Amino acid sequence: MADTERTFFEYLVYVSENHSPLDFMLVADHIDKFFYGALLTIEITVLALFIGGVMAIPLAIVRAYRHRWLNAPIFGFTYLFRGTPLLVQTYLVYYGLAQFNFVRESFLWDPVLSSPWWCALITFSLNTAAYTTEFLRGAIENTAKGEIEAARACGMSPARVMRRIVLPSAFRRALPAYSNEVIFMLHSSVVLSTITLQDILGVGRWLNGRYYLAYEGFITAMLFYMALVFLISKGFRVWEKHWLGHLRARTAVEN
Amino acid sequence: MIKKKLTMLGLAGLLALVTGTAAAGGHGLRVGVEGAYPPFSWKEADGSLKGFDIDLAMEVCKRLNRECVLVEQEWDGMIPALLAKKFDTIIASMSITEERKKKIDFTVKYYNTPAKLVAKKGAGFDDTAAGLKGKRLGVQRATTHQCSAEKLFPGAELVLYATQEEVWQDLSAGRLDAQLSDSLQAYEGFLALDAGSGFDFLGDAIDDVECQGVGAGFAVRKEDSALRDQLSQIILDIRADGTYKAMNDKYFAVDIYGN
Repeated sequence: MADTERTFFEYLVYVSENHSPLDFMLVADHIDKFFYGALLTIEITVLALFIGGVMAIPLAIVRAYRHRWLNAPIFGFTYLFRGTPLLVQTYLVYYGLAQFNFVRESFLWDPVLSSPWWCALITFSLNTAAYTTEFLRGAIENTAKGEIEAARACGMSPARVMRRIVLPSAFRRALPAYSNEVIFMLHSSVVLSTITLQDILGVGRWLNGRYYLAYEGFITAMLFYMALVFLISKGFRVWEKHWLGHLRARTAVEN
Repeated sequence: MIKKKLTMLGLAGLLALVTGTAAAGGHGLRVGVEGAYPPFSWKEADGSLKGFDIDLAMEVCKRLNRECVLVEQEWDGMIPALLAKKFDTIIASMSITEERKKKIDFTVKYYNTPAKLVAKKGAGFDDTAAGLKGKRLGVQRATTHQCSAEKLFPGAELVLYATQEEVWQDLSAGRLDAQLSDSLQAYEGFLALDAGSGFDFLGDAIDDVECQGVGAGFAVRKEDSALRDQLSQIILDIRADGTYKAMNDKYFAVDIYGN
């Protein structure tokens, strides 16, 4: 029995290597590498979105209320990061900073700036913070005046109005735009593979580099990204239903 | 009416352009080169390509009596691009290995130099699997060195780069403990320069024919055996009539042809 199973397995390998358009057995052999790659992709994307999101809230408030001194520098920051490609930003931090002796000798070099993981996290966080700041600012600015006036009339302080009325409603309205940002961030995370990190695409490129099989590695990578995007959009649909449920068209319930 | 005529004229012009370039492609030999591997190939500030591989490609085209069309290609896309007919041959220091022969065909070798590790002087570890365990070892992706590194130093943390130049950058920045590459390229492209002053070879030449192959050749698609034989003959001629020595001496102090 063990013998026939073995031959069947060898037969599969033979078919996969010689007669199949894709060497699926080779991919199956290295699928664990792809899962580790997916973990890294998810890890950096989620952490960057979290850090960038937390940064974006105060920045968006400052931008929405046009603070006298802080508005201009924050606009400069978002303009810089939204106006240049993420790849260039990542190269600047990873290869650019490494060029300077004082950076390499600074206390930040060993734990942080020498590591591609940290360089990527810093760049990605700033990048997503810039985008999130701008559309959150738009959502805050578009809060209905009546809601704010009503809250003020009830005696809420400006800070409480912000916390209880403006931000919750702005988050809700920004949610569809944010789901796009999350998917874009996932797509942009392929930049990781250009600074030596083995993310999903990095593993695809490794497979191509090791066995000279381009399709196998890249199609597997594509399927992984597709699955992740599917999960993200599914998750946001549930979230939107939950948060924006009160805006849904109601249907009369028949008794 | 006139507008229609003009569109037709434009279309005809476009068609002429398309067929024109296609025809030129038929006469010229399209050569895939890398341009990031000095002194074999590199790019000058003005965008022109220079190096031993480039000189050799030019000489080959001259002897074939065909115009050379150099096509730059990132290293890890070289073989797919050849198979996709983006060019007819690869002249880019590609080693002849069994793994690659499953996909493409090679001429005879045109040079053969050993691979070696490079690390900081007095690195404090040796060139064994045990010595490199847990060390960050850089290699260029899709090279024979990636294959050797995985096979000979399984305990090392493998760090993959798109170009060899990036490997040197990160080695000198201190992000890598060691790197594995062609010893000649390592010497000419790094150790002999200012950037490489604190570094040296670690251990002897890598002994791994399975991964390293039998020297560098020109790659062609499997169905192009006539072109392969033509190119092989030219390599042997260039070697025999002294042209090789002249090109070799322009870049290297030693004869790189190997045994």
